[in-house]
Amino acid sequence: MRIEDFELKSNRRLTRDYFVLDLLSPGKLPDIMPGQFVQFRVDSARDVFLRRPISVYDVDYEKNILSLLIKEVGSGTKAMARLEKGARVNIIYPLGNTFTLGPEDERSLLVGGGVGVAPLLLLAKVLKSKSLKFKILLGYQSAENIIEEERFSQMGEVLITTDDGSYGYKGLITAHPELNSDNYDRIYCCGPEPMMRAVADIARSGEKFCEVSLENMMACGYGVCLCCVVDTVRGNVCTCTEGPVFNINELKWQT
Amino acid sequence: MADLKVNIGGLLLKNPVMTASGTCGFGPEMEPFIDVSSLGALVVKGTTLEKREGNPYPRMAETPSGMLNSVGLQNKGIEYFIKNTYPHIRQYDTRIIINVNGSTVEEYVRLTEMINDLDDIDGIELNISCPNVKMGGMAFGTHLPTTEKVIREVKKVCKKHFMVKLSPNITNVADFARVAESEGADSVSLINTLLGMAVNAETRKPVISTVTGGLSGPAVKPVALRMVWQVSKAVKIPVIGMGGIMNATDAAEFMIAGAAAVQVGTAMFINPTVAMDIINGLNEYLDNNNFSKASDLTGTLIH
Repeated sequence: MRIEDFELKSNRRLTRDYFVLDLLSPGKLPDIMPGQFVQFRVDSARDVFLRRPISVYDVDYEKNILSLLIKEVGSGTKAMARLEKGARVNIIYPLGNTFTLGPEDERSLLVGGGVGVAPLLLLAKVLKSKSLKFKILLGYQSAENIIEEERFSQMGEVLITTDDGSYGYKGLITAHPELNSDNYDRIYCCGPEPMMRAVADIARSGEKFCEVSLENMMACGYGVCLCCVVDTVRGNVCTCTEGPVFNINELKWQT
Repeated sequence: MADLKVNIGGLLLKNPVMTASGTCGFGPEMEPFIDVSSLGALVVKGTTLEKREGNPYPRMAETPSGMLNSVGLQNKGIEYFIKNTYPHIRQYDTRIIINVNGSTVEEYVRLTEMINDLDDIDGIELNISCPNVKMGGMAFGTHLPTTEKVIREVKKVCKKHFMVKLSPNITNVADFARVAESEGADSVSLINTLLGMAVNAETRKPVISTVTGGLSGPAVKPVALRMVWQVSKAVKIPVIGMGGIMNATDAAEFMIAGAAAVQVGTAMFINPTVAMDIINGLNEYLDNNNFSKASDLTGTLIH
């Protein structure tokens, strides 16, 4: 865990709402694991007081570049979208835990919706490097929202759903046949909470291992404010230090 | 180099900068960022007799120049603290103050007695001003006779430095400070958070689960400065000022208004090294303004 000023090397617009910031580290990057996040200080917006937690999208250890995939939602992310090359960006990182990898003979399905696809790229990269078997299932509203399909495809087989059917499988991600099949043993999921809850239900009924990455609101990001808690079998725990990745059996999500 | 040492009612601090309760965990959480022993004092997270789960999520809302929280004193209880936290943090070379909470006078007294036995704890901060718990907390600190009673009973048993944390959610803060002084408090700290609320216009729901919560951050600084000034004129015991301190200039303003020392709170969430920045900045400020001692700055408001 450290606080550092990074230099913005590029601000790439992907879709109307999504962009990627490539940040150059002032020194050698420490090991950053899939699922971990940074606390991004936004100095350029008057109405933004707290840092913003952002998942790590990709890491290039050779170039010491850390990439963040961001969706414009509120004033914090809108201010980030306006940052220009050369800007100084202060972040606290790496924060949080990571996904639990399975044994060699198990097959995984990475399930992402919306900006929740962000931590899955790095996860896919790690799974690939360890020659573990996996597929990537990504859900979007429509074709124009699809994020870097090619980049995901470089990691492994990618299945896409769109709500309106403009690309790939038509319908909600939870209706995709792959998710409802027995082709895999483990699910790693990140997306809107209703989606993650539905995926957790599918995992539970298929008795599959399932980890989800939560996006609770945070103030500090390093375990002192106790604002981002999630109710678990161990009681309220901080999403920032005990998560953001949780096994669904730990969460009190059963309806 | 100015002399940063301050004496808070017999408690000698190496500098006037403390971390506020609930914003620095128990100390170890800050170790990746700062040398905890460099602080004037560490005020640990609000502690209760029994484990508390706190309030349901969501507990936080970002507001203009600040934030609302309703954590509700989530902590693992004093026994857990003594067994698991204290052995590590007692090694810090700084003053350690435990923020003490109860839902009855007896609970405050019992906690104080248990803390008496901890050699490396230097003081208690009696929290009678938490706005986020149904029983106790602010209910004690916003009613004068109850304030008087809890301070009197704790004073009878307290063998440590006895600091009382005052609520801003009252009309005349000086009345409460005078009661603390007359009942034997060694110092008063203020302000705790201001009771506030945030509404989501889209959903027409409150943003936090408890509807109301405690407001902190720069938004409360003018209120905090005013109260520190009023209290410092009303009592002779040292005043520890807090409320929206983000940098050394803010800290200096509180000392000018009458604070003998300060606590840094919400700023910790944005910048975990802020306490060190303030200690260094205060030193620079004192040099630039020809103060040879930090304690000389206290109460120097010109008006």
